[in-house]
Amino acid sequence: MEDLRDEPLLPAPRGPVSSAVQAHLRGTGPLPSEQDVDAAPVYGDDLQLALYLCYELHYRGFAGVAPGLEWDPELLRTRAALERRFLGALRADARRHDTVDDALAGILVEPVDGTGVSHFLRDKGELWHLREYAALRSLYHLKEADPHAWVLPRLRGRAKAAMAAVEFDEYGGGRADRVHARLFADLMTDLGLDTTYGRYLDAARAELLVVVNLMSLFGLHRSLRGALVGHFATVEITSSPGSRRLAEAMRRTGAGPAAEHFYDEHVEADAVHEQVVRHEVIGGLLEDEPYLAQDIAFGVDATVFTEDLLGDALLADWRAGRSGLREPLDQVAQDSTHTS
Amino acid sequence: MPNSPSDAPRRVTVQRKGPLLLEGPVEVELEDGSVVSSDRFRVALCTCRRSRRYPWCDTSHRDRA
Repeated sequence: MEDLRDEPLLPAPRGPVSSAVQAHLRGTGPLPSEQDVDAAPVYGDDLQLALYLCYELHYRGFAGVAPGLEWDPELLRTRAALERRFLGALRADARRHDTVDDALAGILVEPVDGTGVSHFLRDKGELWHLREYAALRSLYHLKEADPHAWVLPRLRGRAKAAMAAVEFDEYGGGRADRVHARLFADLMTDLGLDTTYGRYLDAARAELLVVVNLMSLFGLHRSLRGALVGHFATVEITSSPGSRRLAEAMRRTGAGPAAEHFYDEHVEADAVHEQVVRHEVIGGLLEDEPYLAQDIAFGVDATVFTEDLLGDALLADWRAGRSGLREPLDQVAQDSTHTS
Repeated sequence: MPNSPSDAPRRVTVQRKGPLLLEGPVEVELEDGSVVSSDRFRVALCTCRRSRRYPWCDTSHRDRA
């Protein structure tokens, strides 16, 4: 009988911790030791991939991995150990503002001479940079809005209604061809990339895993609902101007109509979402639970911090003329012939 | 003559700094008589006139530093 399952393939391990988690998923070995978890660099490939493997069981799972492992107590214990290190590092390293207004003030100002990834791509980006960028971001955009949907049952009233409305927009307002994840897949097709979910996980550097793991961490824990809302607000606030620069990059390089449309759509949509999230979601949540103010500010700070980690690493490689991926895309494209 | 009591008033949110927020969908008639529409659940109308996607807000009102 034809196997209709299409879960992503397990990625290659990147060290003792991710290797042990993977072995556990395959049912062939023990979970990582406490010493290995404690010794792994917190923002590094090994720890972040291990965490990514744990989290992905809550989204689409992996081929050959029993779906029930999502709630395996032993695996959850390991996940909790990884999360303690990740969250502890973020609380120490991400610059902390005590109030939501202070945290948001920094990202509500547009730098005149911005030096971020979207500025680089607008001014100097070549098609190969855009392809690498899209391959990396596909780890989030092919499940766009999913990590944030988990916060809905933890909100009430005004905050819940507004959050659901924004998510409805992210999910295409009831139209499958307008789901943002679908618009991103169309962009990938324009760029000659493989739209298979999880296809570029092996190519994704640690800093990208950090960015996506942050969303899953905040989304999966009710205790971090304030941080999730702060994170979401940061994404929406920074998206509109960044998307305009990326749309310009797509136009200048002739990437294609769907590639332009994805970012054009986000310029307008996120200018609205920003307003709704700031006034209704954050405003409503603070009315209901004013003691979450510091958590919301932390969510903003942690998002800015992790995006900077990714941007700095990517730009260092690109400015040196190197690929920003763990495996160059051409090799990835060749590999795709025997994995699909 | 009064409106029907069943007509809920349309809520428009104004901000000193930022777009006008309306419940969608809306049609906007521009100065030249052309009409553009948006079917979003909430629509942000540019008031600073700096938007490159006028009449829709594109966050161009933000301070630059």
